[in-house]
Amino acid sequence: MAPLVPEFISPEFNLVIALIVGIGFGYALEQAGFSSSRKLVGLFYGYDFTVLKVFFTAGITAMTGVLVLGHLGLLNLQMLYINPTFLYSAIIGGLIMGAGFIMGGFCPGTSLCAAAVGRLDAMAFIGGSVVGILFFMEAFPLFEPIFVAEYMGALTFYEFLNISPELFGVILTVVALGAFYTTSKLEDHINNKKTEVPKDRKWAYTGIGVVPLLLIGLVWLTPSKKEYVRNLVNERAESGDFQLETMDIDELAFELVNHAHKYNLIDVRDTSAFRESIPTAINIPFNEIDSEAWTDLYKQPYKKNIFVGGSDEAVIKAGIMAKILGDEDPVILDASVPEFRNTIYSPEQPAADAPKHDKDVYRFRNSARMDLIRMEERLKNLRQPVKKEIKRVEGGCT
Amino acid sequence: MKPKAYMNPYLAGLFLGFVLLATIYITGRGLGASGGVKNAVMYGVEQTAPEHWENTEYYQDYEESNPGSPLNSFLFYEIIGVIIGAFISGVISNRIDLKFEKGPSITSKTRFFFAIMGGILFGFGSQLGRGCTSGSALSGMAIMSFGGIITMFAIFGGAYMLAYFFRGLWLNMGGK
Repeated sequence: MAPLVPEFISPEFNLVIALIVGIGFGYALEQAGFSSSRKLVGLFYGYDFTVLKVFFTAGITAMTGVLVLGHLGLLNLQMLYINPTFLYSAIIGGLIMGAGFIMGGFCPGTSLCAAAVGRLDAMAFIGGSVVGILFFMEAFPLFEPIFVAEYMGALTFYEFLNISPELFGVILTVVALGAFYTTSKLEDHINNKKTEVPKDRKWAYTGIGVVPLLLIGLVWLTPSKKEYVRNLVNERAESGDFQLETMDIDELAFELVNHAHKYNLIDVRDTSAFRESIPTAINIPFNEIDSEAWTDLYKQPYKKNIFVGGSDEAVIKAGIMAKILGDEDPVILDASVPEFRNTIYSPEQPAADAPKHDKDVYRFRNSARMDLIRMEERLKNLRQPVKKEIKRVEGGCT
Repeated sequence: MKPKAYMNPYLAGLFLGFVLLATIYITGRGLGASGGVKNAVMYGVEQTAPEHWENTEYYQDYEESNPGSPLNSFLFYEIIGVIIGAFISGVISNRIDLKFEKGPSITSKTRFFFAIMGGILFGFGSQLGRGCTSGSALSGMAIMSFGGIITMFAIFGGAYMLAYFFRGLWLNMGGK
């Protein structure tokens, strides 16, 4: 699952990727006309809205793509770098950049493009930005208070508005489409000309404009991969349509005592209940079972996963879910953890005239108890495996 | 040879959007520009004034969170790519030309002065605002970052507010 860095692509190779996407970025900007300062500032005087059109189209395209890929489970949105919001510096820095834009006619990215095709004014702009950046870094203590003021976290706009990402996507797209239409009219008015868009072109533009709305709409209405898996699990659990290997209490005790190394014991109860569990068990609360952090555990072929838990359906559901997520042979305990503990830790002594089988079972449970208690002592400090951390990618432009 | 016409802006935007999406998909982060320039500036400081580099908290903090040479960064390699990509595009479309581009009412000297001033402000602002039009505004929009979109409004809003005062730089003022 993407992003491919750092799981599939090493940080070193990431630099090669940087060069390649940079080439695409520079090519796109130059082709769009962003190497011309007069074209860029046209936005602010109304004679050329190219910047707005390119900028919004690119933003909407990428945003729609992110929503769709996330929905399909192809991109882990939890890992994406969200630039943190420091409200004051975001606004003041932005306003200063705006002043730089209208005076210099470029922004840093476009100035690099323009310099690459030989624009001397762009080279002067880059020289200036070197000075500006150097000044900021050298005088940083002076600006630090404003730089770190009003920290709001890695906040997204939809979280701020308290709406769904899809609704925000739709709103932004509608705003962009409206801006495209209005600015085209405005541009004609200011330049005193009339652009006649042929009828078929009109249809094509409308069609393309509807695509992001349609895609975001689909993301909105259809269940995401996660929801889909959860629904499937509930369905199968309800209909009893699942084949899971089961183990009973004595079998599990026997396996633990004799070859514990062959198994991962997974307790799906809440962390508070987990305090009293079965030796060697790790804790993955039920609602974290489908977290990406654990899929490697399910898929590994070396150890069998045994799911244990309370007396509810969570254990069965966890087993079904693990199977869907790639576990070939999940096993579930056919009793709850407290039952296991009762049976093994305080076995009932059979009467003197009880059948031999009962006495054997008692003897087995008694010795298993000793072994498990010893095991528990040994493992006291070693209860949790190292959870694969889902960390956000480091990013940003500072 | 005459320069070729620019690409249709929506098509260019779509292309740029896919480049950005690919970047996010592969690396989990967006594009940027000012950050790459900053890395180059830092490299300059480290090389020319190593003692000063050692003694300044800002640089040391940076080095601590980004060990190795300041050039060993995603954004530096990315802006090298930007220059290459833009050059290729310029060659293809016959736009390579050493020249000043300026409004019709000003001299090259004036243009030169304001280009430097604009650069200084933009460079400074991009550091205070944690990213420029690319890294903060465009990439921020793709992932719907609050700070990124606020910065975007501030950049364009700021430019609009000041546009009237600098109209002489860009528009035909009828004097000439």
